[in-house]
Amino acid sequence: MLKQIEGSLGIAEAVALCRPGAVCAYPISPQTHIVENVGKFVKEGKLQDCEFVNVESEFSAMSVSIGASAGGVRTYTATASQGLLYMVEGIYNASGLGLPIVMTVASRAIGAPINIWNDHSDSLSQRDSGWLQLFCESNQDALDTHIMAFKIAEEVGLPVMVCMDGFVLTHAFERLDIPSQEQIDSFLPEYQPKEFLDPKEPISMGAMVGPEAFTELRFLIQRKMEKALDVIERVTKEYRELTGHHSGGLLDCYRCEDAELKLIILGSSVGTAKDEVDRLRDQGIKVGIISLKSYRPFPYAKLREAIGDCKKVVCLERSFSYGARGIICPEVKRAMEGTDCDIRTTVAGLGGRAIFGSTINKIVHASLEGKLKDEITWIDMDTKLLNSYLKDAEGVTVPEDALVDDSVLKATVGHA
Amino acid sequence: MLDAIKFYQTGSKTVGNRLLNPSMRSNQASESRPNTLISGHRACQGCGEALGARYAIDAAMRATNGQLMIANATGCLEVFSTPYPESAWRLPWIHSLFGNAAAVGSGLAVAARVRAKKAGNTNVPRVIAQGGDGGTTDIGFGPLSGMFERNDDVLYICYDNGAYMNTGVQRSSATPPAARTATTQLVGSEPGADWGKGKNVPLIAMAHGIPYVATASVADLRDLEYKVQKAMSYHGARYIQILVPCPLGWGCASSSTVTVARLAMETGFYPIFEAEYGKVTSVRKITQKQPVINFLKLQRRYAHLTGKKGDPKVLARIQAMCDENIKSFGLIGDEVPETVPVAIQALERNQTV
Ligand SMILES: Cc1ncc(C[n+]2csc(CCOP(=O)(O)OP(=O)(O)O)c2C)c(N)n1
Ligand code: SF4
Ligand SMILES: [Mg+2]
Repeated sequence: MLKQIEGSLGIAEAVALCRPGAVCAYPISPQTHIVENVGKFVKEGKLQDCEFVNVESEFSAMSVSIGASAGGVRTYTATASQGLLYMVEGIYNASGLGLPIVMTVASRAIGAPINIWNDHSDSLSQRDSGWLQLFCESNQDALDTHIMAFKIAEEVGLPVMVCMDGFVLTHAFERLDIPSQEQIDSFLPEYQPKEFLDPKEPISMGAMVGPEAFTELRFLIQRKMEKALDVIERVTKEYRELTGHHSGGLLDCYRCEDAELKLIILGSSVGTAKDEVDRLRDQGIKVGIISLKSYRPFPYAKLREAIGDCKKVVCLERSFSYGARGIICPEVKRAMEGTDCDIRTTVAGLGGRAIFGSTINKIVHASLEGKLKDEITWIDMDTKLLNSYLKDAEGVTVPEDALVDDSVLKATVGHA
Repeated sequence: MLDAIKFYQTGSKTVGNRLLNPSMRSNQASESRPNTLISGHRACQGCGEALGARYAIDAAMRATNGQLMIANATGCLEVFSTPYPESAWRLPWIHSLFGNAAAVGSGLAVAARVRAKKAGNTNVPRVIAQGGDGGTTDIGFGPLSGMFERNDDVLYICYDNGAYMNTGVQRSSATPPAARTATTQLVGSEPGADWGKGKNVPLIAMAHGIPYVATASVADLRDLEYKVQKAMSYHGARYIQILVPCPLGWGCASSSTVTVARLAMETGFYPIFEAEYGKVTSVRKITQKQPVINFLKLQRRYAHLTGKKGDPKVLARIQAMCDENIKSFGLIGDEVPETVPVAIQALERNQTV
């Protein structure tokens, strides 16, 4: 059914279609509208055989979810930013226990300074947590990905984060096509836990494991991640056939045929980039986009195939790793190991700084004109603002309107 | 239930089986005993926590007809009972984290209700969340209060041995003043744990207005069993805190666990009571009042108070706390306190201001 609604309401509708038995969350912008709506569905009886629990913290939201999932019901929660970090201990615990919880991360920057706007530093900080991380381009993609996420999580036996850009998606009103309950019931049958706490067949979960078996358990999670690559593709195919929606998948290519430059982007900036790429193509500039949908598991082989023999790749990253460089770029380099593909990264859109078509245009031109000299370039840096601080504090400046890259950074600290 | 007991063993004031009518006698080896926490676990000899858990959970198993699940916090009880690939638990049991047992318990209760409802089953499994004093009064306090406030259908059992035993006996907010722990050592001008610190979680639990709160002790296992059974007769949030001496942390003989626990009751050091909906409804009376030195002198964590070098002023301070407990909780005499007792920490803080 077509509806013109807020992204968050769309997610709530999608979650309700999946018939969870437990939904537990703690409010944080920009996740709030999602759980408010799910709570309403439970209270008004639209979502039956489900309990909605208001808790006192994200730590408890994740912990109640762990209990509910271990108790054998389909379980959903949502958070963002500070809330995600507040539940970290539980996040690792849920994956270690193999609990197929689905969680929306309404992606938002992490403080200090506190900032409620969108970037990807929250979910990416949980890179090694053992959760699948699926990124969404649009609200339709997010709605569909949530439904697929339950199926993927339950089949793989690991929890899934569905990462959708905070505000940009969660608070945007768009036309959404919501599948029918019958469709989803056939796609996602009633939850049959493989193992759960049941007085009829008592099991102990979460025992203490020492060096004698810990490595093997870690390897088994890695094995689940490897399996997940196939599961994501299979579930996506099935879902696309059912609904006709082109959503989900490990990655998606846009105008990549004969592209001389391929941009690798996660999340809603893909939409902005598509428009700009159309304009650039009209001007005869051969550029394409690879939308990276699955960050964990990372689809190395699939990405290598998608990059193909293209010789120039630029990542657009909405987060980075202090003291190192980008977070996505090293993964792409790994995927392209042994080839002569030139891989660079640009950092932009931190803490909600808007990524415009002009930002994409700047990246493309900088790349094609050979101006991306270092591995990392801070493409949307406000050099005037930066200089106003650097000059007062340390008496140094960066060249105004220069592309701020590693060499510029080094010059400001007096390194060669 | 204590009212029915008319005879005590000479000297020790314990209740021997032969002095009870048959229905009240205990039979540890009974084949009908659920033995939920089975032998073979790795607790230290004389571990009060192992003893308390065995009795509490078996009582809950009986009360629920075996329809029971446990969420266990990190701590000695978890570590000694489930070293992979073994488990001493014969019921559905989960350990998640140190500070989240109450919330995991809430989640389990949700799952049990939803599953039963879907299956058209009226027999809903019940949930116990449990942890040590550290996992309860400190790191798990937020989730515990949340579980109380929501009145979730969970019985929370705190095994109070007055320190973080599993990590090597560090101070928790349940460590009594002057007690030696690894982080409150017997050095400086005021050796041992600070005065005027700590909190009374049973009283805090009562302030949530939850249906049932009780303290208990491994020195009175019948009373413990009765309280667990009573707790399981209620729905909603319930809290039982059991005093469980730790021979390793307290520096007492493994054979003295029950004796030390009994002295904690009989000195007024650890008031044993129950409360329903925020009001005290019964108090376990002191049967033969003893001076607190008798309790302290069996434990090396108080060695600095009881030897020749012992400071009588400090001893008097601890005795004053016990006397205050006796007054405030009505541990002697026939009355049940009309007003909510005052946390003992108040006495100390009031004096030091
Ligand atoms: C978040 C976190 N912090 C610290 C620890 C380390 N730790 C494990 S058990 C424990 C002590 C447990 O003390 P208590 O709850 O009193 O139980 P006891 O061992 O005394 O029965 C501590 C500090 C942990 N596991 N997790
Ligand atoms: S250290 Fe104490 S609480 Fe832990 S197992 Fe030993 S006696 Fe029990
Ligand atoms: Mg303890």
